Amino acid sequence: MMYADDGAQPMAPLLEIENLRVTFDGEDGEVTAVNGVTLSVGQGETVALVGESGCGKSMTALSVLRLVPAPLGAIRGGSVRFAGEELLMKTVEQMQEIRGRDIAMIFQEPMTSLNPVFTCGDQIMEAITRHRVVSKREAREQAVEMLRLVGIPMPERRLYEYPHQLSGGMRQRVMIGMALCCAPKLLIADEPTTALDVTIQAQILDLLRTLKRKIGMAILLITHDLGIVAEVAERVVIMYAGEVVEEAPVRSLFKKPAHPYTRGLLGSVPKLDRKEEELKTIPGNVPSLKSMPSGCRFHPRCPNARSLCAKAAPALLEIGEGQRVACWLYGLPSDREGVETL
Amino acid sequence: MNQESDVLLEVRDLKKHYVLSKRTVFGRREMLRAVDGISFSLRRGETLGLVGESGCGKTTTGKCIVRLIEPTSGQISLEGEDVVGASPDRIREIRKQMQIIFQDPYSSLNPRMTVGQIVGEPFAIHGICAGKERRQRVEALIDRVGLTRDSYTRFPHEFSGGQRQRVGIARALALNPKLVVCDEPVSALDVSIQAQVLNLMVQLQKESGLTYLFISHGLSAVKHISRRVGVMYLGKLVELGETEALFSSPLHPYTEALMSAIPRPDPDIVRERVLLEGDATDSNHPPSGCPFHARCRYRMAVCENEEPAWRDLGGGHFAACHLR
Amino acid sequence: MIASENRGRVLRRLFRRPLTVIGLFLILANIVMVLFAPVLSPYNPEEMHLKDRHSPPSMKYLLGTDFYGRDILSRIIHGSRISFTLGLSVVAGGLLFGTTLGLVAGYFGGRVDSLLMRVTDIFLAFPQMVFAMAIMSVRGQGFGNVVLALTLTGWTAFARLVRAEALSLRDLEFVQAVQSLGARTPRILFRHLLPNLMAPIIVQATMGMATPILTEAALTFLGIGIPPNVPSWGGMLSVDRDFMETAWWSVTFPGLAIACTVLGFNLFGDGLRDALDPKLRA
Repeated sequence: MMYADDGAQPMAPLLEIENLRVTFDGEDGEVTAVNGVTLSVGQGETVALVGESGCGKSMTALSVLRLVPAPLGAIRGGSVRFAGEELLMKTVEQMQEIRGRDIAMIFQEPMTSLNPVFTCGDQIMEAITRHRVVSKREAREQAVEMLRLVGIPMPERRLYEYPHQLSGGMRQRVMIGMALCCAPKLLIADEPTTALDVTIQAQILDLLRTLKRKIGMAILLITHDLGIVAEVAERVVIMYAGEVVEEAPVRSLFKKPAHPYTRGLLGSVPKLDRKEEELKTIPGNVPSLKSMPSGCRFHPRCPNARSLCAKAAPALLEIGEGQRVACWLYGLPSDREGVETL
Repeated sequence: MNQESDVLLEVRDLKKHYVLSKRTVFGRREMLRAVDGISFSLRRGETLGLVGESGCGKTTTGKCIVRLIEPTSGQISLEGEDVVGASPDRIREIRKQMQIIFQDPYSSLNPRMTVGQIVGEPFAIHGICAGKERRQRVEALIDRVGLTRDSYTRFPHEFSGGQRQRVGIARALALNPKLVVCDEPVSALDVSIQAQVLNLMVQLQKESGLTYLFISHGLSAVKHISRRVGVMYLGKLVELGETEALFSSPLHPYTEALMSAIPRPDPDIVRERVLLEGDATDSNHPPSGCPFHARCRYRMAVCENEEPAWRDLGGGHFAACHLR
Repeated sequence: MIASENRGRVLRRLFRRPLTVIGLFLILANIVMVLFAPVLSPYNPEEMHLKDRHSPPSMKYLLGTDFYGRDILSRIIHGSRISFTLGLSVVAGGLLFGTTLGLVAGYFGGRVDSLLMRVTDIFLAFPQMVFAMAIMSVRGQGFGNVVLALTLTGWTAFARLVRAEALSLRDLEFVQAVQSLGARTPRILFRHLLPNLMAPIIVQATMGMATPILTEAALTFLGIGIPPNVPSWGGMLSVDRDFMETAWWSVTFPGLAIACTVLGFNLFGDGLRDALDPKLRA
């Protein structure tokens, strides 16, 4: 269930991921990195996908564009629908058409995401000419326009510079420019500001907000930083150990977090406006993919765990106003259908 | 209370310059002024946070203090004893008093040594104890940092980032140092693990009366753990003061911009963002006058020509800005 | 280097892989030959049976005879004393000297590194054969001189390898950590850096066994290596080089001996490298 920006009426979601399963061949055999994830992104909506390392958020994002690193990783089940079409059924050539034109992706490390032996201009123009039939001169003009749009000063000159000559923030802008040059309907941003200084991060977030307004683009933003989520996202999806544990509009998530893990995350962040003696932490560590706890994956670390939690894994339950949570605190098996048991 | 004997670490006009290239045709060498004349002191038992963005020189400062990097000039004294000019034998002794915790939990532990060997290494290096006694002391340290006893025989790769960082802390505490320089100790960790490690560090400080120099670009973590905070920009200190005062009413425009740039986990906060233009200029072409003037929204004519003095603007709150 | 608690673990891992055990077996076979050569050989290896020159393998001569009628099997067994020991000594010498030099150069960098690398370059500049010839002509024939000559040209590979690895390791934080603890340089080099360099060193050492054996063959052929009557595998190869078609056994078996020895070291070396690596699962 999702709501459009103005809350008037539900629109068909742009991106629908349903029950996605992705496995990964690790050192000790195959592990399930993404275990039945369901989420959606509406037209023009910004959804944040939040979780700590190893929760499967990056894999989920890569799966949308079918960029899961094979042969170690593989999509094992579920469906990914974009504008009504099933992406998991498409051929490689069809996916290559979609990538860059309809769905674009930006990554965390701009230095390794840009090819160091080509100029920025070459790389942007390549992105343009891949999907549009334009002359070289037109491509160059569009590239300059794009650089200007992302706020790079003296864009005509930057066209001829190499990635290593630019700072981290500029490189990230170039990457955003490359991603947006064909005006995609969906931008997937995987930790786009994690490697950047906080003042540069502020600039980039501001840029993303501006561009979103101008182009009307939807954003799936992957991050572990709850501050960014509060600033930029309209809806939030929290993942833990390969599963979705909570989904809510941003205000509800911060004011009334439902899942104990979400509450633990919010408690762990040192508050800037008040002084705390001790940070509220989540005891223990994220379970390794090889040895997942039975039942609810969070139960060994959960302050509210009950005996049921070790036996059965809760499914996502709607608790009102677009907020869903996978936790036995909000309803026992007898109240619900479709419960997963071992 | 005698202020003088309270001071554990004193840094005066510390500089670290790197020569980038030999003479050019015009006879001038390119230099990277990583640290360009900073001064501060650390009182016994306190935590001083050192913040700034990449390239500001905070990590270099930390490493100069423990003499992992040789300073170009300046004075560093620990409990009144000179660190910079100390002889190799003397520095070996001084090293027992000041230790460092590193940022990357993955490269700060020797992959070929067990946790027991890693934490026991300080004892081995200084020939303090061996055999059963060493084992007992190592096990005590492992307990103190919240790891299980069986970690003793395991290798670093068997542990998560947060646990490895605990090993690093145990190693740093082995010789009972007075000063611990923490170089981005939690930046590479997940949010919930950061909280665990920060809590541990605070607890250890209370137990042992440690003094921390907490270097980080994570402002929330710094605010939580530090009593005073120093802000660095392009190799210079631009502001230093009590944490509460610095965060709520910053005196320097750069600090102000930093504070406003931090994203807050509260969707209802609508703040006016102070957005800086452009990026920090390179440290080898520092602008004349105030290092920040090119990006400063309050800049005046004098800022371009004259470097502002580092002054106490009341209550131990220092800043270097022509506005004040 | 290995804590006593882990020695058991390493040994167990060593013997788990069949290939490693095979390698160890081949090495042991060599060692047995070296130690018990006179007992094992059916004939005196230098004795020429002129009536039975180039006779094929038979009940009388199990592996046949060579150009001079000498029993090949006996020569192979005795040859191990030269070839195996030669390969081992050259590699050991090169390893010790080259590794130390590479460690020092890589760790200190700067002027020390430049100086040591220039020295290495000087030795590298000489073609191995020419250099060996020069040394042999000055010092004369003999096993010791061959070892010397080959070690002086062989150590450079270790030096460069170790230096490159040391350069990349020394900036890692765990090295800085022990520096900040006050460790002295020898301890840093040998207790901390060296264990992390074991893998490439072992690989280079096992690869490096073949070259000295073959170079010695060439030197002996030219008359400036081992005295010709003394059996060595490489020497056997050069003596019967031209008779591959007519008396295949005279070169095939010595060749096999070399191949098996080198293979044995390779297999065992691989297994040892993996067994010492704490990150690989047993």
